[in-house]
Amino acid sequence: MEGLSLLALGADGWGDELLRGAWLTLQLALVTLFFGILLGLLLAAARLSSWKIIRWPCMGWLLVVRGTPEFLVLLLIYFGLDRYLSQILRFLGIAEQFELPRFAGAVVGLAVIFSAYAAEIFRGAWRAVPKGQMEAAVAVGMSPLAGFWRVRMPQMWRFAIPGLGNLWMVLLKDTSLAAVIALNELLRMAKIAGETTRDPLFFFAVAALIYLFMTACSDLVRLWLERRARRGVRAVAG
Amino acid sequence: MSNLADFWDNVREQASVSVCEAVTFATPELFDRGCERLIEGAIVTIGLLVVSCLAGFCIAVPLSLARAFGAPWLSRTAWAYTYLFRGTPLLIQLWLIYFGVGSLGKDLLGPVWWLLGDAERVGLLVLTLNTSAYVAEILRGGFVNVPADQREAAMASGMSPFLTLRRVLFPQALRIAWPAYGNEIILLLKGSALVSTITVLDLMGQLRTLFSRSYALDLFLYGAVLYLILVLIVTGLLRGIERLWIRAS
Repeated sequence: MEGLSLLALGADGWGDELLRGAWLTLQLALVTLFFGILLGLLLAAARLSSWKIIRWPCMGWLLVVRGTPEFLVLLLIYFGLDRYLSQILRFLGIAEQFELPRFAGAVVGLAVIFSAYAAEIFRGAWRAVPKGQMEAAVAVGMSPLAGFWRVRMPQMWRFAIPGLGNLWMVLLKDTSLAAVIALNELLRMAKIAGETTRDPLFFFAVAALIYLFMTACSDLVRLWLERRARRGVRAVAG
Repeated sequence: MSNLADFWDNVREQASVSVCEAVTFATPELFDRGCERLIEGAIVTIGLLVVSCLAGFCIAVPLSLARAFGAPWLSRTAWAYTYLFRGTPLLIQLWLIYFGVGSLGKDLLGPVWWLLGDAERVGLLVLTLNTSAYVAEILRGGFVNVPADQREAAMASGMSPFLTLRRVLFPQALRIAWPAYGNEIILLLKGSALVSTITVLDLMGQLRTLFSRSYALDLFLYGAVLYLILVLIVTGLLRGIERLWIRAS
């Protein structure tokens, strides 16, 4: 039972460190989800714009972000933000020394990746809501904004949820990339624990189980949300 | 084996030298300095992609059959395999095998050490197993969505189960699965960048080595362009295959 004592909470074991890492992983994923959805909606709006001058750069951006490895995008954004922010701050005389907080760097990087995929999902969902719905909303006297919130959004949601659920799973797994920029999330805690105790196999296996647990729970939540968003719609089959 | 390895090294060197000579007139100086390394890395990335893609497909076919048509215990075992690989990050799979299982050492692992003692082989192994899980789920979706009367008609006209599979079910399942399969190949190409964390010098590995020497951020931009070119080539190939197929049928 040597293995279990390695997982003890407190100073002797690594249980609390791993749990803290898992909590940070979850925080990272949730904060990224929030900003990623916002940015994704903006990108989808730009992508749907009738002005070429907005639409084309947006299409180029989406192509580049989706065509390069997530790992590369994360490193480029992390190192790039760190360098340019510190130059700007020095130029403005606000701070001589600046180091980008790793959590913030990881959130920006992951949100850029997430939003590029979310934009396609929102675009599809926007198109999937029939035009007549909005025309009817305007006809009964809603302002376009009210129509968006009360008619289009709730229906877009239903089309977007399965795709967003998939993206959430991808995001949850992609947070592990932050270990490479030395953010103390689950994977990095497992690596440190493994190096300190010289039992990397055990700790990586435990971390893998924790990831598995998180994705399994997410699966359940996704099913529940999908059912909730579908309520009031008659099923075609099953 | 060693002949093959020598040949592969030769190809990498020759190709990178000639590609770099050909493009040097148009590329910035910083790129030229690292060019041969980057192209060599890109060739390693292509090699990883091609081998893991083919090997992964070979594992995925029986897995998807087990999932779609297997007895309950077989189907559940295959499900557990795919769930394990799809539910955990690729990065942890790489580290678990390379740093974790690899730490057991040469004596304990015996013949398996040949596979696990070498970063490139571990990278290949993990990418193959990982993609096989995703492709198996995609193919299963294809098999399940082939209309049942297709199978019944094939059986009724006297085809054996294997012949039914080969001539009727598999071609249709593959056609249903093709778009998702194409996506998975692109994801695999991008995911392969993670093998750089276990010291493989693929394109990303070469980029990180060059970056750690010069701290020139532009390198990552050049790397992004190279990956983008690879992605476009793969997308083009996939589309070409699809077109040939449509014309053939």
